[in-house]
Amino acid sequence: MPENDSIITAIDVVKKFGSVTAVDKISFEVKKGELFAFLGPNGAGKSTTIKMLTTLLRPTGGTLYLNGFNVVKNQDAVRKSFGIVFQDPSLDVELTGYENMELHAVFYGLSGKLTRTRIENLMEMVELWDHRNRPVKYYSGGMKRRLEVARALLHHPHVLFLDEPTLGLDAQTRNLFWNYIKKMNRDENMTVFFSTHYIEEAEAVAERIAMIDYGKIVALGTANELMEQTHTKTLENAYLNITGHSVRDEQISASQTWHDRGRSRSMR
Amino acid sequence: MKVIYILWLRQLKRFIRARSRIVGAIGQPLLFLLALGYGLGSVYKRAGQGNYLEFLVPGIMAQTVLFAAMFYGAMIMWDKQFGFLKETLVAPVSRLKIMIGGALGGATTAVIQGVLVFIISLFLGFKVDNWGLLILALLILCILSVAIASFSSGIGSFVEDMQGFQAINQFLVFPLFFLSGALYPLTFVPNWLKIIAACNPMSYAIDGMRDAMIGQTHYGMTKDFVVLIITAIVLIAFGAYRFKHIEA
Repeated sequence: MPENDSIITAIDVVKKFGSVTAVDKISFEVKKGELFAFLGPNGAGKSTTIKMLTTLLRPTGGTLYLNGFNVVKNQDAVRKSFGIVFQDPSLDVELTGYENMELHAVFYGLSGKLTRTRIENLMEMVELWDHRNRPVKYYSGGMKRRLEVARALLHHPHVLFLDEPTLGLDAQTRNLFWNYIKKMNRDENMTVFFSTHYIEEAEAVAERIAMIDYGKIVALGTANELMEQTHTKTLENAYLNITGHSVRDEQISASQTWHDRGRSRSMR
Repeated sequence: MKVIYILWLRQLKRFIRARSRIVGAIGQPLLFLLALGYGLGSVYKRAGQGNYLEFLVPGIMAQTVLFAAMFYGAMIMWDKQFGFLKETLVAPVSRLKIMIGGALGGATTAVIQGVLVFIISLFLGFKVDNWGLLILALLILCILSVAIASFSSGIGSFVEDMQGFQAINQFLVFPLFFLSGALYPLTFVPNWLKIIAACNPMSYAIDGMRDAMIGQTHYGMTKDFVVLIITAIVLIAFGAYRFKHIEA
């Protein structure tokens, strides 16, 4: 069982797609209210880990706890405990921003005046209230991202997962985005678990960073601790020191994953 | 129930907002009615079989519902492709409810299209034999629609890409339509075709509708309903099972 102040606990977690091991016996803990980053190159296993934590994939081995619940055995309780912003958009673009929020509210059993107020407050926070009746297909990329953040926060999650959340966003939108996240982390003591391959982002936002490479956690600590461990002066140097300088061929692992997908089973 | 309702409503909103989809859905059945109804009408009449347009309308209505309900599987493919499916799969909601809500929405939009074809056929000269029995035709249309939408959600659950879905769709839909007696009376066809038609659930849906709308039947209303309901149960179970195993 996880320790009391841990909201996420991973013990020897493995995920295999046929013969390819995407996540290889990783163990870590995330404390309540922590801003925790998963930093690694493309294809390192970041998204796979998030998919396992959010019940989209069943681990091949090991144990995962989220908010005290076993991720495999207590799926509904786990699903109520987190919000997520996926790497790719997951909105219904034919519906309006408000309708997307309403759908999410129903999925999480929320209704009534308080929910409508919550939707209004969140959409105001992400500066989309004035655009609430526009179909999402007319939103810009940044607006869609902001709406996804508002949607993920609607049901007061204990943990917010962000999978490469700022990919493709301009500097202004990235800055605005992290301001919302930090505000929610501060105001609601909400744990934030995000994956990124932007070193400066992990350094600026996260309290602790886990570096993942080839499916293994190769370093874990604060930015300063990681620099001390590697005797480097910047986190980028620490990162390169740990993960190496070679360019990763994500295509190979993606292709292997594709071929082996038939042999894998997702979480039901 | 709220989850089912909101997912049903989602499909309806998407349908109403996509005007091109409505026009496209009506275009093909209208072409069938005009080209076949009027083109073969005189031959059919000379053969002593009466008004071909009246014979054709129930079949074209069922065809409209078949094509439109199968389209619901494509919606699942889009939800996969554009990410919305992930939002539903991480929610604390049973997959059965998600499947039922979506399939009912897909089925409703298909029935709306079938009814639109009926209204158009009235303007083209179609005469209902007994207005009171029309409710039976609508009921058949609804059962058919739910069955096909559930089936297509099952197909959409395991097919990986839109091209694959289209291939499967066409492989299934056209034989179901052309070998159902939608376009010709089953009484005079060769035995091999009679046997195939008898194995095709669409034949019973069309036969039941034809009985209710113009008083002509090949199998009889009771048999039509029994086959249709059994088919619906099997296809809904298939859809639910496949959707339970869907991957985002």
